[in-house]
Parts: sequence; structure tokens; C-alpha cells
Amino acid sequence: MDNNPNRIQNKYTRALVFILLLLGSLVMLFPFFWMISGSLKTIREITSPEIIWWPEEAQWSNYAEVLTMKTNPFGIYFKNSILVAVANTVFTLFTTILAAFAFSRLEFKGRDKLFSILLATMMVPSQMYIITNFITITRMNLYDSLWAQIIPYTASVFYIYLLRQFFNQIPDQIYLAAKVDGCSDWKYLWKMMVPNAKSSLVTIGLFNFIASWNAYLWPLMVTGNINKRVLSIGLQYFASESGTAYHLMMAGATIVVLPLIIIYLLFQKYIIQGIARGGLKG
Amino acid sequence: MVGQNQKKTFFRAMLYLLPALVIIAVFVVYPMFHTLRMSVYEDFNIFSKEGSGFGLSSYIWVLQDPNFHKALANTFIYAIVTVPVSIALSLVIAILLNSGIKGSKFFQTAYFLPYVTNAIAIGLAFRFIFHSEFGIFNKFLGLFGIDAIQWLNDPDWAMFTLCIFGIWSALAFKIVIFLAGLQGIDPQLYQAARIDEAGKWKQFIKITVPQLGPILAYQFVIATIGAFKAYVEVVGLFGDDGPLHSATTMVYYMYDKFYNANRYTIAAASGVIMFLIIMVFTFIQMHMSNRRADQ
Repeated sequence: MDNNPNRIQNKYTRALVFILLLLGSLVMLFPFFWMISGSLKTIREITSPEIIWWPEEAQWSNYAEVLTMKTNPFGIYFKNSILVAVANTVFTLFTTILAAFAFSRLEFKGRDKLFSILLATMMVPSQMYIITNFITITRMNLYDSLWAQIIPYTASVFYIYLLRQFFNQIPDQIYLAAKVDGCSDWKYLWKMMVPNAKSSLVTIGLFNFIASWNAYLWPLMVTGNINKRVLSIGLQYFASESGTAYHLMMAGATIVVLPLIIIYLLFQKYIIQGIARGGLKG
Repeated sequence: MVGQNQKKTFFRAMLYLLPALVIIAVFVVYPMFHTLRMSVYEDFNIFSKEGSGFGLSSYIWVLQDPNFHKALANTFIYAIVTVPVSIALSLVIAILLNSGIKGSKFFQTAYFLPYVTNAIAIGLAFRFIFHSEFGIFNKFLGLFGIDAIQWLNDPDWAMFTLCIFGIWSALAFKIVIFLAGLQGIDPQLYQAARIDEAGKWKQFIKITVPQLGPILAYQFVIATIGAFKAYVEVVGLFGDDGPLHSATTMVYYMYDKFYNANRYTIAAASGVIMFLIIMVFTFIQMHMSNRRADQ
């Protein structure tokens, strides 16, 4: 227990630190609590001048109402969000695995130069190229389709960089030995490298899924039809159309956030490691 | 023979790279040049892809537009306020989390949670919290006899509220990075300091800060770049760019010019200006990480 050199020895200081951390964590968690509590209130409770911490009777019907709305069909939004995020993630993992393998194992002419050029593109903020991407997608006749939200985000230099880093750590001798044994590159990649890099791939997949789930500006630009909206967009439209129906807005917001919270609680370790590792590398 | 082999390897590598390269070429590399090209025309037809009025007129227009000045000023205010405050707060929280307190697992889960949340949804929760009439924040202030403040509807308060939301959203990521950095510091350094009977504060100044130096610098640059791209926070909190456009940002300006006003060349020019500003910070970061690699 006393291995930690940063451990505070003084009992009172420790109590003070505990209280500070507790207060801080309440501030961090409060918006989530307030959103969920609000989502279960009646309109009367949510607009009451008193502070009502928790509804007298939880109004689960708020969720049913939001999910079956005609003007803002959250059921369809939810389905679209899942489709786009899953497709994004599957395609991105595929392109990332192949590219990272080529950059890590295959010795071809101009490899390092090509890789540096790709890295250089990371400096350009994505906000700058969505203008042109909108034009490209429109000319491809993909405006107002889920594909428009999927295709531009099916390859990422950053993830290729991260996975290549990991592939590089797998000793070269195994690769050479496998080649002597007549194992093809393709087979080696899927039988050896991919299973070995499982934790990195889970992390990349999670980050990609979360990023896709939370994307806003791009999906907003390429969708017009209600049936092609994803949750972020649908929620934003709903919020601007529903006036003071804050109890329903909070239910909509909870529907958007809840899957993220579940993913976070299930995969916390991968997500934290991913930030710490990817972030520190810069 | 060797030449042929080389060609074969190259061809095979290209097969592996093709899916990623095609997407990156079409949706990342090409748009950089195309946006740049659009920005140097006065007018651009996005269907025929032809521009007219070659020159810097779009840049001049943007740089003289009071709305762009507002967007630029707001973006700078947002960066100058949220970056130092969120870094200071997250450093303090990370140090407290790292001090072997009971329940630190729970605390970590709580402090990291905002990292995964959707800015539109949680912005809506903040909108409700800061609502002038039904919001709990004003009700709470009311207990102390403070009159209701129009956090979201008063142009003078809009940026303040936006910064609070921005700081809250930005903490989680920074705490994770600081915590990883703190755990990477050699414990022997502290043990040595303890033998020398150095106090906690002295240990912090003499060991923690210098050891975290590169991470601290990294956080400043990354956070500043992130702050310059602020957009979804604004929409999440206000639904638009705030009362009387008081919380508009550079990305908001660009989007508005492109999508709502159909001024493509103006949008492209403002995008390039934003890129140049961010570029300065990217170079600072590259310079620093190179220095780190050299050490």
C-alpha cells in the first residue's frame, strides 16, 4: 500500500483531498444525472420553479413518445447512427490493417516518402476539406444517402500511424521465418499480425465508432431527408422544434448518450490506454 | 532480375495500400488543393468547377467582414480562456487522483466519462441547466438572492457560458494524459526528495513540473488547436451561434458562408485562413516533439 510515493500521509489532508475529488466528480457527473432525471419528469415537474431532484413517478413513456415521434423519428435516427458507425468502423479497420501492414512489413520503393506525405496531411484541419468533399459527394450523386456519411471516413492516416507503430513492435524474425516456411504475406497478416494486435485494433475500432457516433458537421451537410438523419442531427432538429418540451429533449439526449456510456463502462481500459498512448506519442 | 522483383513488391504493396490511398486521395489530399483553388476566385461554380475573377478578392472580403472579425475574436477568447483554465484544473485533478486516495477507481471513471459524450446531447443538458427560467443554476443562485441571469440569451454572457461548457468538456482528455504522465515519473525521484525532507510544494515545483514539462507543452498546443476548431460546442449549447451571433466561431463562420449563404469562395478563403492559424501551432508542436525526440 505504501509503495506509492505520492500517497499523502497526513490523515486530514487525505480527507480533504477525498472531499475535493468527490465535489469535482459531482460537477463532472451532474449534467448526466440532470439529463436522465429530467428525461423521466413530467412537463409540470421539469418547468416547476422548485428544484425537483428526482421525479415523483418516473415517466418512461417520455422515451416511448420520443422514439415513435412522426416529425422526429428517433427510432430511424438510432438505426442510421448504428449503421453508419458500424460500417465506418468495419471499413476503417480493413483499410487500416492493410495499409499499416504495407508500411510496416513490405519493403517497396518510396515507402518512407509516401508515409511522410500521409503524415503531413494530418496537419490540415478536416473542417477545411469538408467544403470540397460536399461538392465531391454531390457530384457522385450520394447526397442524402448513408453512404455519403460513411465513405469519406473509411480511411484514417492517424489510425494507420498508430497500428503501424504496433506492427513494428512485432519481431521481424517471425515474419522472415514464416516466409521461409512458405507462408504468404496475406496469410501471415491475418493469422499472425491481426490476432497479435487485437488490443490495438479494439482501441482503434472504439475510437472510430465513438467519433462516428458523435460526428455532426459533415452528416448535417450531406443530409436533407429526415429518413437519412443520424442521432446528433435528429436531436439538434428536435431541440429547435420542440420549444419548452425539455423533458422530451432530455429523453432524446439520453438516447444519444446512453450507448456511449455503456461502451465507456465496458471498454474503459482500452479507451483510457488509447488516449494515453496515442496522445503521448503526439 | 532484381529490378523485376522490386517492381513486383511495389505492385503488391500498392494492392495493400490501394483502399486507404484512394479514400485519402479523394477525400483528404484533393480537397486541400481544391479548397485552396476555390479561395483564389471571386466566384466559383461548383457544378462546372470553373472560377471567375482570379485574385485575392475573397480573402480581402473575409478580412474586412465584421462578422469574421467577431468569429476570429470569439475563437481567440475561447482559446485563451478555456486552454489555461482546463489545463490547470486537469493537472490539479490528476495530481489528486494520483495521491493514493480511497475510491480513486470510481473517481477516475467519473472524471473520464465526459470524454465519450456527444456534444450536441450534453450541450442540450447544459442548455437546460443554464436555462434562465427553469435552469437549476439560476434556481441555485436564487437561494443566495442572486437575480436570474440570462446565461444563454444575453449576448454579454454567451461567451462566458460557452467557455464553462468548453472547459467542462475538455477536462477528461487532459486528465487522462496528465495521469499517464504522472504515473510515468520515476518514484525514486520523490523518495530522494523525501530523504532531503523537501515539502510537497517543493516536490511539485522541483520534480513534477519539470518531469511533466513536455506533456504540459503538448497539452497546450493540442488544446489550442482544438479550441480553434470549436464549432459543435457552440451548436450544442445554443442551437445556433448564440444570441445576435454573439458566440460565432471561425468554423461556424465558414460553415454558414458555405451552406447557408452559398458563398463558396468566401467559405474557402476563411477555411484557408483558419488552416494557416492552426498551422502555426502545429509547427510549434512539431518543433517541440522533435526536441523531445532529440533528448
